[in-house]
Amino acid sequence: MKTIDLHTPISEYDLQLLKAGDLISISGTIYTARDKAHKKIAELIAQQKSLPIDFTNAVLYYAGPSPAPPGMPIGAIGPTTSYRMDAYTDIMLSLGVRMFIGKGSRSNEVKKLLVNYKAVYCSSFGGAAAYLNQCVVDAQIIAFEEFGPEAIYKLTVEKFPAIVINDTYGGDLYA
Amino acid sequence: MRTISQEELYTAVANLVVQANFHLPDHVVQALSVMYNSEQKPLPKETLHILLQNATIAATRHIPLCQDCGSVIVFLQIGTGVTIDGNLEEIINRAVANTYRSHYLRPSIVKDPLFDRTNTGTNTPAFIHTEIVGGNSVAITVYIKGGGSENMSSIKMFTPTADSEEIIDYIVTTVKQAGPNPCPPLFLGIGIGGTADVAMLNAKKAVLQKEPHPKEEYRKLEEVILQRCNNTGIGPLGFGGNHTVAMVRIKDAPTHIATLPVALNLNCHSLRYRSTIL
Repeated sequence: MKTIDLHTPISEYDLQLLKAGDLISISGTIYTARDKAHKKIAELIAQQKSLPIDFTNAVLYYAGPSPAPPGMPIGAIGPTTSYRMDAYTDIMLSLGVRMFIGKGSRSNEVKKLLVNYKAVYCSSFGGAAAYLNQCVVDAQIIAFEEFGPEAIYKLTVEKFPAIVINDTYGGDLYA
Repeated sequence: MRTISQEELYTAVANLVVQANFHLPDHVVQALSVMYNSEQKPLPKETLHILLQNATIAATRHIPLCQDCGSVIVFLQIGTGVTIDGNLEEIINRAVANTYRSHYLRPSIVKDPLFDRTNTGTNTPAFIHTEIVGGNSVAITVYIKGGGSENMSSIKMFTPTADSEEIIDYIVTTVKQAGPNPCPPLFLGIGIGGTADVAMLNAKKAVLQKEPHPKEEYRKLEEVILQRCNNTGIGPLGFGGNHTVAMVRIKDAPTHIATLPVALNLNCHSLRYRSTIL
């Protein structure tokens, strides 16, 4: 299959080129966040407290990796199911996230938000967590370490594969 | 009376936990290979290829098959002629906790579902189901179930006059609504009959049955459900094609004159389990 190579930070122009169904391959920096991290960020915002990360133009990966065995930067690291983060997507978009990677489908509301913000939702390969481990060259916990696998990791990835599900034009691979 | 030592049980459970998390059973790999070979469309074919590579990498590099190392479900069939030298639950949970730690498996269990979702850090407690049977041996199955596919579980209490067509419709609709979320191609376990709880437990047990149902009418029903689910066009991880369900297994039970429960266990493509007999 034809692959579109992307390097972070991903530009608005890059995002506009993507169409639902495209296979992409990301190299650079991406951040993990799943249920607990989202809830915590929403709480920090509600309390008008500062956030531990600048999400401007960030790529967010819905994932909770298994612990890193000796000699590896991270353990198994496949995507988690995205709809659980639907309620927080507006917040993350307003903070500057421009690409989300997870698995499964999004709500109609999220799909509209993606178009409004010119952001993209991709699915990586659910359950291919050992395979995706091979694309991670470095991993650092940068926030909420107390959440264990639900901490926010800064990942350096090399040719991390995903499929564009919802593009900036309202295109939807699952429709 | 035969005695099984704590060490024997501990070692058996620990080995099963490792096997299940790193080595996809042969028949599951076989099912993925068959689907890969027959798939024509590029995206689902590439997806199945990645899933097969995932199984190889997990086994050879000792990386868990999935980052969601699941809830640990343990089925025990304990013979009446055998005693276990120790507290069964304690031994199993100790084996699970130590193995999850020493093999860098992700702990995913929180201690309270509602008021204190703090990770126990050990992936315990395991969910243990015991059954007393004849004989002087203990059969143990360790089944690893991920949260994403577990969230797509479903049960419906049909009226007793419902026919199999209504049941098929319900199952296909559930698979369709779940769409890409439970990581298809699915291994679909169906519990029919019993009480609501029995049907759900049978749905769990059904997916661990390698062979089709022994009775012809249920075997045919399994085939029809497989066919109908594969006509939905969901495909591997929702990327299209005609491989949405890899296998359908039914476990039936007698039921009340007023009831006809049907429970569904949607297992992702990574059907992780191992069994042994002590």
